Amino acid sequence: MNSILRDHSALPDRWHRLIANPFFWPAVAGAGLLFCIAASVLGFLDLYLQLILIYVGINIILTVSLNLINGYMGEFSVGHAGFMATGAYVASLLTIRIFPSGISDLFFPLAIFAGGVAAAIIGLLVAIPSFKTRGDYLAIVTLAFCMIVKSVLENIDAVGGPRGLLGMEKLTTLPWVFFWAALTVWVIRNLVFSNFGRGVLSIREDEIASDLMSVNTRQVKVIAFVVSSFFAGVAGGLYAHALQFINPKMFDIIKSTDILIMVYLGGIASIAGSIIGAIIFTILLEILRPLGVWRMVIMPLLLVLLMICRPSGIMGLRESRLFFPLRDLVTERLWRKRKKENGDAPA
Amino acid sequence: MAYIFQQALNALQLGSIYALIALGYTMVYGILTMINFAHGDMFMIGAFFCFMLSAWLKQSFIPALLLSMLGVACLGVIIERLAYKPLRNAPRVSAIITALGVGLFLENFTLALSPYPKNIPALVSNTAWKLGSLSLSSLQVIIIVLSVVLMMVLDFIVQHTKTGMAMRAISWDRTVVPLMGVPVNRIISMTFALGAGLGGAAGMMYGLAYPVIDYSMGIMIGWKAFISAVVGGIGNIRGAMIGGFILGSVEIMTAAFLPSTYRDFVAFTLLLALLIVRPYGILGTPHPQKV
Repeated sequence: MNSILRDHSALPDRWHRLIANPFFWPAVAGAGLLFCIAASVLGFLDLYLQLILIYVGINIILTVSLNLINGYMGEFSVGHAGFMATGAYVASLLTIRIFPSGISDLFFPLAIFAGGVAAAIIGLLVAIPSFKTRGDYLAIVTLAFCMIVKSVLENIDAVGGPRGLLGMEKLTTLPWVFFWAALTVWVIRNLVFSNFGRGVLSIREDEIASDLMSVNTRQVKVIAFVVSSFFAGVAGGLYAHALQFINPKMFDIIKSTDILIMVYLGGIASIAGSIIGAIIFTILLEILRPLGVWRMVIMPLLLVLLMICRPSGIMGLRESRLFFPLRDLVTERLWRKRKKENGDAPA
Repeated sequence: MAYIFQQALNALQLGSIYALIALGYTMVYGILTMINFAHGDMFMIGAFFCFMLSAWLKQSFIPALLLSMLGVACLGVIIERLAYKPLRNAPRVSAIITALGVGLFLENFTLALSPYPKNIPALVSNTAWKLGSLSLSSLQVIIIVLSVVLMMVLDFIVQHTKTGMAMRAISWDRTVVPLMGVPVNRIISMTFALGAGLGGAAGMMYGLAYPVIDYSMGIMIGWKAFISAVVGGIGNIRGAMIGGFILGSVEIMTAAFLPSTYRDFVAFTLLLALLIVRPYGILGTPHPQKV
């Protein structure tokens, strides 16, 4: 087996060999980052297009991270906006009040990271009830958490209460969003295809059975919630510094619904699906903008139609070959080959 | 003391509206194990039907109530047939997302047609009676009595009629019931009609009590009614009624003794505490997982 892994010529075609190249992903990420830096520094993309791309990036972070819980772990969390709010407020307070204002762009990544950590701590709190409650009841727990976060923010006058928080500099740039989005995809993808990720999938399929197979379900749930809410917090921080204004009402259940729609539009348990869902949803909303109010009438109709025609979303539990580890591709190819030779009993 | 009684009356009024909406959630859940997130918007549509009937067609209270209930019930059946029925064998989350989509559609369709908040004309004369230091308005009495009557009718239908028996049978075991000759599709449509009709009635009563209505009124109240259904034990009809009254009283009592901005905070914290103690709701039965 090991020798096959090293022998790249065993791979089916040039496409696979390209993905298998260890420099492929760093090259793609580097090229993307260079493009983003060039776009924002040289300004060959106008600001409107840049803003749309920033929103696409933030939505990719949100969908990919929510997919870890809703798709791979099979829970139904509706509280992602609450984690986002935590990150947004913590990061904004840091850049407005704590960090020196002259060089705040140096401290910006630190603020975003701190926002993510704060959201992760909240995520840890949500993970605890998930030990006992499952399914719809866990959905209620996350919903209640989202509303409690919003309600607490509305009642703290020091952070602006219901009026919201103003005064962030516009620190979110396209390269930063690209960096964080790429980091999210990288972390979640590696997590999902690791040993830990198999544990997450086994919880979705059957929690009791996976417990019996000595998967530490509690630990897996805690890690999944913490990682997912960390990235939601990061997205919140980026969002706050792109919009330069936040208030608690922006992070209510309607925001969570938007993220859910993007995840299920793309298809659960698929990183490629989440990315596609976020891109389609964000860009379609922009394209339909001339329709005014009616765009929000057409969008849900399209969603319902898509759900009826393809109930599991665009990718629906399938993953793009781009994200599969080499090992899996090789095993799959071997399996197909043996099936061809041995008929019904490959093995 | 009189203050507490006064607030208890207000709690009964709000609680009966929550309970009526929660019934719609819990009935659909009981039969299809699906959360119908568009139900809060049925409530909103009910209020708008009431506005159209009373302001444009000059109907009085009873015809307006019956017609808006009927209208919302028809809408519920149409939505079930068009959007939910094709997904009956699909994964559960697709049905939930479809319901969210239908809800968004209803909200934004209403927003596109009527961008400004509307005022429902007073359909019942609002006389206030004094009972000692307690003041009681005729509207409050009508809302509380009417919702109790509606709940009793529903309880009668579910417990003592053939349709109700079929409903209970479907929620017991959906695979065996069609073999016994029960028309499953018709019963499911009936359930949607009943639930949506109750939601429509709640919308009308809410519109009479707080006369300014707009497209987004169903979102928050819908979620809260859903929470009441869960508190009572989702799928359990009497549980939904109890849950509605509990949530109503918690909210009103918080607003009565604390700054009213703490209302949501206290209500949801209590909900979390309750779910940790009784994860299956007050009247719900735990479903132990079999291996």
